[in-house]
Amino acid sequence: MPKKPMRILPEAAKNLFKKAATVAYPFEKASLYEGYRARIIFDVEKCIGCKMCMRVCPAKAIEIVLAENQPQPQTGPDGKPMPVKKIFNCIMSLDRCIYCAQCVEICPKKALAYTQDFELAQIDRKKLKLHYK
Amino acid sequence: MEILAALIYITVFPGFLFLASYGTALQWADRKIAAVMQNRVGPPWYQTLADFIKLASKEIVIPDGADVALFKALPYVAVASVSTAVLFIPVFGMPVYSFQGDLVAVIYLLTIPTATFFLAGWSSTSPYASIGSIRVMTQLFGYEVPLLLALVGPAILAGSWSIQEISAFFVSNPKLILFQIIGFVVAVLALQGKLERVPFDTPHAKNEIVGGQFTEYSGMLLALFNLSIDMEMVVGAALINAVFLGGTWNYFSFAAFAVFMVKTFAIVFLLTAIRAAMARVRIDQMVSFCWKYLAPMAMLQIVIDLYIKYSLK
Amino acid sequence: MAKITIPLGPQHPALKEPENFMLVLDGEQICDATVNLGYNHRGVEKAAENRNYIQDIYLIERVCGICSHSHVSCYIGCVEEIAKAQVPDRAKAIRTLIAELERVHSHLLWLGVAAYEMGFETMFMYTWRDREQVLDCLEMITGNRVHYGINTIGGVRRDINAQQAKEVLTKIAYLEERTKYYVKLATEEPTLLARTQNVGKLPNKVAIERNAVGPTARASGVKMDVRKDEPYFIYDKLDFEMITYHSEDVFGRVVVRVLELVESYKIIRQVLSALPEGPIAVKVPWKIPQGEAVFRYEAPRGEDIHYVKSNGTEIPERVKVRAPTLSNFQSIPYMLKGDYLADVPITIAAIDPCMSCTDRAVVYDAKKGKTQVFDWEELRKYSIDFYKRKGVNFSGK
Repeated sequence: MPKKPMRILPEAAKNLFKKAATVAYPFEKASLYEGYRARIIFDVEKCIGCKMCMRVCPAKAIEIVLAENQPQPQTGPDGKPMPVKKIFNCIMSLDRCIYCAQCVEICPKKALAYTQDFELAQIDRKKLKLHYK
Repeated sequence: MEILAALIYITVFPGFLFLASYGTALQWADRKIAAVMQNRVGPPWYQTLADFIKLASKEIVIPDGADVALFKALPYVAVASVSTAVLFIPVFGMPVYSFQGDLVAVIYLLTIPTATFFLAGWSSTSPYASIGSIRVMTQLFGYEVPLLLALVGPAILAGSWSIQEISAFFVSNPKLILFQIIGFVVAVLALQGKLERVPFDTPHAKNEIVGGQFTEYSGMLLALFNLSIDMEMVVGAALINAVFLGGTWNYFSFAAFAVFMVKTFAIVFLLTAIRAAMARVRIDQMVSFCWKYLAPMAMLQIVIDLYIKYSLK
Repeated sequence: MAKITIPLGPQHPALKEPENFMLVLDGEQICDATVNLGYNHRGVEKAAENRNYIQDIYLIERVCGICSHSHVSCYIGCVEEIAKAQVPDRAKAIRTLIAELERVHSHLLWLGVAAYEMGFETMFMYTWRDREQVLDCLEMITGNRVHYGINTIGGVRRDINAQQAKEVLTKIAYLEERTKYYVKLATEEPTLLARTQNVGKLPNKVAIERNAVGPTARASGVKMDVRKDEPYFIYDKLDFEMITYHSEDVFGRVVVRVLELVESYKIIRQVLSALPEGPIAVKVPWKIPQGEAVFRYEAPRGEDIHYVKSNGTEIPERVKVRAPTLSNFQSIPYMLKGDYLADVPITIAAIDPCMSCTDRAVVYDAKKGKTQVFDWEELRKYSIDFYKRKGVNFSGK
């Protein structure tokens, strides 16, 4: 094999006149592709409390609980109590979540969805517990 | 009065203060140019200064079993010997001191830091540092002879052992600089070894022996060692400039200073390009490269110089 | 000079993950080396036995950060075999595509690490810069850069559209150009050659004897590649070559990996040009019928083996991971002996070690010659007692 010392130098010299490949991330916005999985959001209206998401969550980061304020039981026109949809809240532990979005996939009512909000670092761990109402 | 003047020369200009500031600036330039060559951003201009201040403010940890006095004194010896060496090299026109044989004196003064690196590793009593210091010594035997031989060539041609006279000779015979190219290449490569930079940075190759001879050093002492290497880079570049490229080119005061800055910067740029373009070689490969290629090349340069000298007569 | 023993690791600049090598040095030369594993044990297998099959996908994915798709595909291959699921062709093709993109990303990463271990920073920076392209491809298709999460039991979770395929192809074209440059660089730069040739020798016979796998074995001339020997996914329909090299040293491992990159580009092009139509997943019930299965998979580092045993519930009874690094570690002491200290980082890096893949719980009492398995409480108690004996009390009492 022919040996060529300093083989990389022409490319290095070219780079002297090029812009750096580095992305100045915190100062510049990072570009994300559509479909990047980040923070999971929750829609109270749609949740029926089947807790499938809790069952599949690998990190046990999601918890579906009964909301504190439930709607008053109503009576129908015939005087009998009408069935009322219970309201469920979702507690997301972002410090445990691994952003696999398996919960989004399994949700039968599409109450969960992923966003592209990925800048979630916090100094206080308590702030990483999100209570979706 | 003379002693006072000498002290000022050593501590302020062109000694310690000038060398330290120019050395850190060159270190930044070296890091920045290497970074740009690698297509990344590189450190901001104050990075080297910040590194120094940060290190200086850190605690000094001295390992058990180390000779405390020696351990603490070594960095100062390294800095002092480099600061002294620059007095014989033209920076602002004429060098501060000049005598027949100062070329040899400078080479010896520049060997003292290497000796302190060896002692630093050896007195640290840690396996990584011991291996590092053995490598420092082995490497010294590799590059020192080619460097000396390369510097002998111009000295023979000029018929003088004084750095000032050698550069003056080249200023009056500028065409002869072209014939020094082999010696120049040898000297630059040997200087790379002296400064322990890639491809010859085996003494403190971090992937192999962590910090090498400086493994146990911390705080101000480590900062001073780093500074001494930066200063050595300036002095080494200035020495090559004076011996091979005609020094400050007969100019005096600020014009001479500008020439000095431009030329040393160009030599450091070369050193950076070498650093960026190569992988680190093993210590045995380094020594065999120096003896198999560099030393014969330097000898060839001496032969060429002898031929030129006698054909000129 | 007297022989000295120096520790390399568990914390050392040359190692990206904790592991320990005790090197006995005679000057610069190594006369003996021992490997100590176990600094990165996380109990993944035990955790897998406490989660259901779907949760395990994401757990197994995190066995390794670099070959995450490999481990998941291997695990899912076992589960699908037990459940007798018929995976659609399109899903298989997408899995193959991700697998090859992952190989590209892993080999480029390795090339950078190897250059760095040799002190060649510029090449390290260039390869990692180019690796961003393939990471972008992975992010675009799967939704994440490292833990893709594209596999699910019975297929894949995301489809790939024509526009994405086009973008992948343009990025692959750029990478192919760059890879050709790296081939030239690796075979012509004298300092690189000086550091790789005749370093970390592993003769063919020893490689077979010590059970080397993947590029490490192929660089010693061992013809083994699960993609050829026992094709999974759609590898039997693809046209590619098994790269072997006969120099039996680190240089051979560089060449094998770089040429494998070229093969991977070929595979990616073939997969994208003939993506079968159809669904991307079939439904597989939560409860997997009783049974057991073993799946072999060619991860970037070598042959990966998973074993899954099901007891008919939705939780696996046993998941066993045999990562390629564990196999390759047997050859490291052999490769190191007689080499120089300076060659240690590159020799270790040449097998592309992945410690978090490898470390599994092993308690072996050498004096009594018996093996013991600790559970969590016992292990905790043991560690507290251990440190109490050393005069440190961590129990808080």
